[in-house]
Amino acid sequence: MSVIFIFLALLMGFIFWWLARQRVMSKPWLEAGPVTAFPRTEAPAIHPARLGLGVFLSVVGALFALLVGAYFMRMAYADWQPAPMPRVLWLNTGMLFLASLAMHLAVQAARRGLADELRLALAAGTLTSVAFLAGQLVAWQDFADQGYFVAANPAASFFYLLTAMHGLHVLGGLVALGRLDARALRGSNTQRLVLSAELCATYWHVLLAIWLLLFAVLLGWAGRFIDICRMLLS
Amino acid sequence: MTDVTPQGTEFIPPAEVTEVELYHPHSWWTRYVFSQDAKVIAIQYAGTAMSIGFVALVLSWLMRLKLGFPDTFSFISADAYFQFMTMHGMIMVIYLLTALFLGGFGNYLIPLMVGARDMVFPYVNMLSYWIYLLAVLVLVSSFFAPGGPTGAGWTLYPPQAITSGTPGGSSWGIILMLISLILFIIGFTMGGLNYVVTVLQARTRGMTLMRLPLTVWGIFTATVMALLAFPALFVACVMMLFDRLIGASFFMPAMVDMGQQSAHNGGSPLMYQHLFWFFGHPEVYIVALPAFGIVSDLISTHARKNIFGYRMMVWAIIVIGALSFVVWAHHMYVSGMYPYFGFFFATTTLIIAVPTAIKVYNWVLTLWRGDIHLTLPMLFALAFIITFINGGLSGLFLGNVVVDVPLSDTMFVVAHFHMVMGVAPVLVVFGAIYHWYPKITGRMLNETLGRIHFWVTFLGTYMIFFPMHYIGLVGIPRRYPELGDTAFVPPSVHTLNEFITIAALVVGAAQLVFLFNLLWSIRHGRPAGDNPWRATTLEWQTAGTPPPHGNFGKELPVVYRWAYDYSVPGAPEDFIPQNVPDLPTQGSRA
Repeated sequence: MSVIFIFLALLMGFIFWWLARQRVMSKPWLEAGPVTAFPRTEAPAIHPARLGLGVFLSVVGALFALLVGAYFMRMAYADWQPAPMPRVLWLNTGMLFLASLAMHLAVQAARRGLADELRLALAAGTLTSVAFLAGQLVAWQDFADQGYFVAANPAASFFYLLTAMHGLHVLGGLVALGRLDARALRGSNTQRLVLSAELCATYWHVLLAIWLLLFAVLLGWAGRFIDICRMLLS
Repeated sequence: MTDVTPQGTEFIPPAEVTEVELYHPHSWWTRYVFSQDAKVIAIQYAGTAMSIGFVALVLSWLMRLKLGFPDTFSFISADAYFQFMTMHGMIMVIYLLTALFLGGFGNYLIPLMVGARDMVFPYVNMLSYWIYLLAVLVLVSSFFAPGGPTGAGWTLYPPQAITSGTPGGSSWGIILMLISLILFIIGFTMGGLNYVVTVLQARTRGMTLMRLPLTVWGIFTATVMALLAFPALFVACVMMLFDRLIGASFFMPAMVDMGQQSAHNGGSPLMYQHLFWFFGHPEVYIVALPAFGIVSDLISTHARKNIFGYRMMVWAIIVIGALSFVVWAHHMYVSGMYPYFGFFFATTTLIIAVPTAIKVYNWVLTLWRGDIHLTLPMLFALAFIITFINGGLSGLFLGNVVVDVPLSDTMFVVAHFHMVMGVAPVLVVFGAIYHWYPKITGRMLNETLGRIHFWVTFLGTYMIFFPMHYIGLVGIPRRYPELGDTAFVPPSVHTLNEFITIAALVVGAAQLVFLFNLLWSIRHGRPAGDNPWRATTLEWQTAGTPPPHGNFGKELPVVYRWAYDYSVPGAPEDFIPQNVPDLPTQGSRA
């Protein structure tokens, strides 16, 4: 559960920092009148969709923090046997990295108003993401061929659970990305695609970060890292 | 006197969220059924929640009949009793209270109270309701599935939840339950995103966070908590589905089930309990915080007095929200977890009493020397304070490890949590409905029927749950369909059980009076006007009652003051709405 604690501590730190800027020490009963003197306390001017995505990603973060927390909790039991990871995961990681990069380029292209580059980058992002998902399926196949079915042992179950959860999030992102693709292909004004491209890119970067963390956890690196930290602390 | 210079002439930019276009319905279907208007969605949420709530009420009747008169009602089998108990708990906690407070009151009140035209993502908001409805239908369908609904207790502890000895464990019941919960969480996340972003983003001009009514603070904080806590239940449900359907062993240890060695191996039931209660305890406050907020507004409005210690109230809400994430294992003192954990969690549990007590004192001090109108909302608010204190005090007992261990799994626990998170929030729900019904329908609820409903409910619930404390102290375990002839059970317990059953039947019947009142008053209630309670908050200053699509007329209101300017000396009336600029005659205000 320490994983979710760290996650929540970070999140709450941010929330309290933000609240501290909202004049929570003010005495509203003494302050009648317009509040133009404190524009910071008005509703922020960023687009609601950005904020919405931010809140959603916090929820996704909590979800994966809990999954990883459960993984570590199970790992601490005496009968834990790690399973060897399929090699294709390295290729998939590369694919997702390329997808994230392509989304970054798409945002750049949309901002500069380069319609063709935008379409190219979006196509690359979509294809590499689909390739990532296909690769994950191949990884499942590999894993099953090695004799690790879902119910084979706890490590195998967790492997399927974590990759499935992450894959579903990629799949959901692909729905949004598909709609963006369609709009870009129909050739609407690139200026109007900037926001959607940015939202998709943010989502992809976060999914990449989550995948890298999950991969490190599955490979056992995260566990070793924590052991080292624990040795340093004690 | 003021830190803010009132400059009435200064240009104030409009507060419309320009990027979001207000959705306009074109047909009857999109206006009333697949509506994206938060007010319609709120009524849909509330209607669905109350309908399924009545199912849970009937289930509680059946349970009480079995407990009170086991010989007469011998046709209610033990399995059926477990199923009723599980469904009653699950429906009441999640499908009724969470959905009603956040989906119902949240949807209706947030846009109106912060001065917005609608939620910021209306389409997602609509989806949220329809997924919630689907979750409810899946839950209801488990009653008709082969084997019936799950009887695992509302906590669904593995391994018993998915073994063949438990009703629904090896058939459809548990699967439908888990799928329903997963759907609920997905739907709630959609709604929750809306509530949070609307409060942050769509506040009208001048509505700073510290000018928000406490109702919005309560619902907002509860939503943030729910967004972070529900993933734990989600993870637990998905993992248990893996165990049940694919034969994984996340939670299932190696065990012998009905003489057969099960295929599971090496799972940890304790891990489930951690995940479940990591959600489960914040859930208590997810239900309680909106109730706290609403009660603050009811008391202030109906006592014609500003809320005492507004800042403290806000801070207390936030602190309770944060602390509630570090107390979950006080539900697990008897689970065999590491004993020092218990010490830590007992401490945090008792610390949470501090902000909660601050809130109770502030409510009482708001009443002190107030011009108390004993209207129906006020009666329910007062009843809430008393009930919450009663329930909270027994919580202090149960929060301590040494007292909890003998009392754990007795009727004392049942009495405690029914008082503190069953009766208390439901009283607030009623108070809130009596308070806002005039805004929602334009008509007042019938006063006489309301008073009958109040007194029967308030006194009746005490008749139900006070004796239950005693039954628990004697040592009667919970979740036992009948006691039989056991030496340690004194005859008084049997008599009390019969008494409680009769009280429960009467209290349940009183809810039918309430239901009748709700329906009857839509047509025959006294017309309410725009602001029958002479309240200050923005929902009472809309363009017409019920508020039209878009809530406020052409111009969004601009907020000049906090939400609690009641009985201000020198003001022409005993309340100043939030959107009234500083009056020239008001210089003497201190």
